[in-house]
Amino acid sequence: MDFLTILQVSDSSIRLAVPLLLACLAGLFSERAGIFDIGLEGKMLFAAFFSAAIAYVTGSAWLGLLAGIAGSMLLSALHGVASITFRGNQLISGVAINFLAAGLTVLMAQAWFGQGGRTPQLSGDARFTEITLPFAEALRDVPVIGPIYYELISGHTALVYVAMLCVPLTWWVLYRTRFGLRLRAVGENPAAVDTAGISVIGLRFAAVAIAGILCGIAGAYLATALQANFVKDMSAGRGFIALAALIFAKWKPWPALYATLLFGFLGAVAIRYQNIQIGNFTIPVQFMEALPYILTVVILAGFVGKAIPPRAGGEPYVKER
Amino acid sequence: MTAQAKEGRPEGAVSTPPSPAPPAIKLVGISKAFGPVQANKDISISVQPGTIHGIIGENGAGKSTLMSILYGFYKADKGDIYISGQKTEIPDSQAAIAAGIGMVFQHFKLVENFSVLENVILGAEDGALLRPSLAKARKSLTELSAEYGLDVDPDAIIEDIGVGMQQRVEILKALYRQAEILILDEPTGVLTPAEADQLFRILDRLRDEGKTIILITHKLREIMEITNTVSVMRRGEMTATVKTSETDPAHLAEMMVGRKVLLRVDKEPAKLGDEVLAVENLQVTDEKGVLRLKGVSLNVRAGEVLGIAGVAGNGQSELLAVLGGMMPGSGTIRVNGQEIDLTGKDSNGQTRRARGIAHVPEDRQTAGLIMEFSAWENIIFGYHTDEQYQSGVLMDNSGIIKLAGEQMDRFDVRPPNPRLSAKNFSGGNQQKIVLAREIERNPDLLLIGQPTRGVDIGAIEFIHKQIIALRDSGKAILLVSVELEEIMSLSDRIAVMFDGHIMGERLPSETDEKELGLLMAGVNEETA
Repeated sequence: MDFLTILQVSDSSIRLAVPLLLACLAGLFSERAGIFDIGLEGKMLFAAFFSAAIAYVTGSAWLGLLAGIAGSMLLSALHGVASITFRGNQLISGVAINFLAAGLTVLMAQAWFGQGGRTPQLSGDARFTEITLPFAEALRDVPVIGPIYYELISGHTALVYVAMLCVPLTWWVLYRTRFGLRLRAVGENPAAVDTAGISVIGLRFAAVAIAGILCGIAGAYLATALQANFVKDMSAGRGFIALAALIFAKWKPWPALYATLLFGFLGAVAIRYQNIQIGNFTIPVQFMEALPYILTVVILAGFVGKAIPPRAGGEPYVKER
Repeated sequence: MTAQAKEGRPEGAVSTPPSPAPPAIKLVGISKAFGPVQANKDISISVQPGTIHGIIGENGAGKSTLMSILYGFYKADKGDIYISGQKTEIPDSQAAIAAGIGMVFQHFKLVENFSVLENVILGAEDGALLRPSLAKARKSLTELSAEYGLDVDPDAIIEDIGVGMQQRVEILKALYRQAEILILDEPTGVLTPAEADQLFRILDRLRDEGKTIILITHKLREIMEITNTVSVMRRGEMTATVKTSETDPAHLAEMMVGRKVLLRVDKEPAKLGDEVLAVENLQVTDEKGVLRLKGVSLNVRAGEVLGIAGVAGNGQSELLAVLGGMMPGSGTIRVNGQEIDLTGKDSNGQTRRARGIAHVPEDRQTAGLIMEFSAWENIIFGYHTDEQYQSGVLMDNSGIIKLAGEQMDRFDVRPPNPRLSAKNFSGGNQQKIVLAREIERNPDLLLIGQPTRGVDIGAIEFIHKQIIALRDSGKAILLVSVELEEIMSLSDRIAVMFDGHIMGERLPSETDEKELGLLMAGVNEETA
């Protein structure tokens, strides 16, 4: 394996990690506030459809992104009302959102475009295009640094850079701001927040809304950057892998980046090495493609050491006397 | 509003009684109903600044509701609140804090994995960024600690510090918010006697600095020890407010319950019989692999109450669990001279009961009762395979309900309705259901944990009488309680547990709370 191959696989890992990372951070905000969110998948799917549809209609990827965020936040609001206002079961609400999104997106796509439940191909400005960073061409031939800069760092869509910036931003918000302190507190002991005179409901809705925005970006990325249209079930379990990554990362932002990069890497390897030969035996491509999911199961089975979730996670807050 | 609260205590308000200082808190005609239940009925109270005012009453008397109204958790249906003479609306906790009211709840409202400092600033941050707030809090925490003798490490994580210090954090939280009025709800429930003394010294100091303190408790001793005035609540009404110096425990208890209450347990000297329970070198390891009992040996004779004293979490729970067959252990346990299995499939509650051991678990809500099931079902659990309850292949439900009703009558369970779910009874009546189930089997040995936790003073009297009656009928009783008073008044012999060991045994007539308190803290002066 030469240097260029390594760079290309790494580059591909990043592309594949981005939707996972965004969804993972979405889950982080929500779960740190005590709201379990297994509806990440559905929100991404919803966002993917709306962004692809609006981007096609308007010809603007950015308007598509906004539409995607709006679609995702709609489902977030639903989850919020069900699980915060009406204190419903957060898992059931999340499952319902996933089903709703899976069915509704195909239905709407078919009704709108009549192309068998997909949206038309996007081209030109309707897609996020790759940005070549300054000096990338000029530095290209500098040994080592040049290729790294050209292949790995430059040449991604804007959303990739947004996602990467979200990691330090999330860390900063969580650990350096008043909002972050309160957010973490409400996921650990909402009663402490309530008696301090802060609205538990307000904080939790804020967290769920942020999750909606991040899932919206993730979905838009899938349909308007990674791919060029919406197809049925295109989120392909990424919402669940993001949840596994969140547990793997122990609900912390930087580890979330590393965890999602690992999953992205497995995906990249599966794409690049369709048939790996070991002696006479060929590892089937299906196995390679299943790797991220296998890792998910391994992680969820608890092989990563003890991961303590936020203590009030999953429990609706009822004010006690 | 904070400024007004601060001015609430003009100089010399305490020493010159006729001074017209406005009361720190004045409640006028507060009423609050939850559906058909009138939790507070036309309550009026006035608390002078710089005093400690006690509020006592049984569970459900409305103390907590009243304080919740004062702290903005509930809105009163009727009535007015005056803080330092100013009429004040308290629609939420934010308003209560702004009015200078701080509350220390019975169950602390702390974020376990946050530092002391983070807990203190939560909700009282100075800006959107944390750094300046933390720096400021660190400084003022140091000052407050020094001023009131509230020792804490600002960087300690809450889950790593003891309950006594956690409570100090709660007090500091209130002081940091510039509270002038401090409400403490059952503050000593989780403390050792030494920690409680320390708390009282802190409260004394706060009073000397001019703070006004409301102390909610059901422990008469605390009321007598530290308060200036005391109000008694019963069934949602404020029945009396008196100067503490002009009353006594018996009178307070009578006002609380509405009838004369025996505070001391009347009992004859024990008539000791043969040894019923003998425990030798008992060791228990919990699920996490921690050794909880480190070689406990003890015995209980017929007609005797052995009281196990100790701060919660020193192995008493495990001792009961092993004896009751809920947990495996190693060592030997003999009942009436015969060894019982401590591991394997023959070590369970069923086989223990067959050997004449009855068990009233510490936590009646999780281990003693199934809250969703009715009283008659609960009253036969563990004995439901008994011949008398069967009718062919089915259970004789109508017969059981009739028997259960009789049993509930005998144990004064109110209401005596066997069809009511366990969760609909008050704590004391739930406990009586468990007691009825276990005592009516006429066991040789009764294991009983925390018999009066969360139980009203009237019901306590009844439960204590039942325990003594069982002892007088020649049964052996092993009593575990964190209430030292209860241990002192019921036991014929007291063993103190600390860190999985028996620290020592004492006779109640030859010891006092101070010595037991030291033993509970792991200090044995006899051997030291």
